[in-house]
Amino acid sequence: MNAIVVNPLPPVSSPQAQRRAVWLVVFCTFVVAVAQILMKSGADYAKAHPGLIGIVTNPVLVVGYGLYAVVTVLIVVAFKDGELSVLYPILSLSYLWVTVLSFFIFHDTLNAYKLIGVTVIMCGVAVLGRGTKQ
Amino acid sequence: MTSTPLSSILLVLLGSFIGSIGMVFLKKASKDMHKGFLHIVNVNSAIGVTLFVISSVVYITALRNGQLSVLYPMVSLSYVWAMFWARLVFKEPLTKQKFAGLGLVLVGVFFLGLGS
Repeated sequence: MNAIVVNPLPPVSSPQAQRRAVWLVVFCTFVVAVAQILMKSGADYAKAHPGLIGIVTNPVLVVGYGLYAVVTVLIVVAFKDGELSVLYPILSLSYLWVTVLSFFIFHDTLNAYKLIGVTVIMCGVAVLGRGTKQ
Repeated sequence: MTSTPLSSILLVLLGSFIGSIGMVFLKKASKDMHKGFLHIVNVNSAIGVTLFVISSVVYITALRNGQLSVLYPMVSLSYVWAMFWARLVFKEPLTKQKFAGLGLVLVGVFFLGLGS
């Protein structure tokens, strides 16, 4: 459930590779959002089977965690070519996608507080990310 | 969709906190990596992974009730816990910029709470 933490590597890649890394991370934020949608669906379904057993025997949750495993690998690949201070804040886009997707799929309420909250969190992550720049 | 109960919000807080302790152990484990990749399998990494599994169970339990659009962004609190451990355990410097970032994350989570 936590954001993936990867040790930063000094950027030595070409501009093209760095751009590719940015798009790869943007793609990852979509995959994370889909994984979260699956986790919410699976959590509703797992109400009858609490605990770890209810998770590992739940196909929707297993696929959700599988997507997280894929994203972890992709992010490690992306962080090889891109700068941490650029890529890390981009990861927080997943909060925005989840807010939008939950509105359409689960009919979550969408209000000004939520949009302000998500926007401010993304700004906060961006500031934290800039802070990693040496 | 029903509103988000406080119990679910507290479970996300708990889950992100447990996960952040897991991160501390994984960070400790990663220091042994220079000895060779297989050295990453040690007590620290085992504890770290176990704590991640526990935090996942807590998170899924939290998701049973309430809105995903409130609960998922609250996972960003793990940044706050991580900074706390970084300072306490690894003596990493707490810069003004990190402080500002953390403040913004907390304000954002507060707004999410208002919108739940």
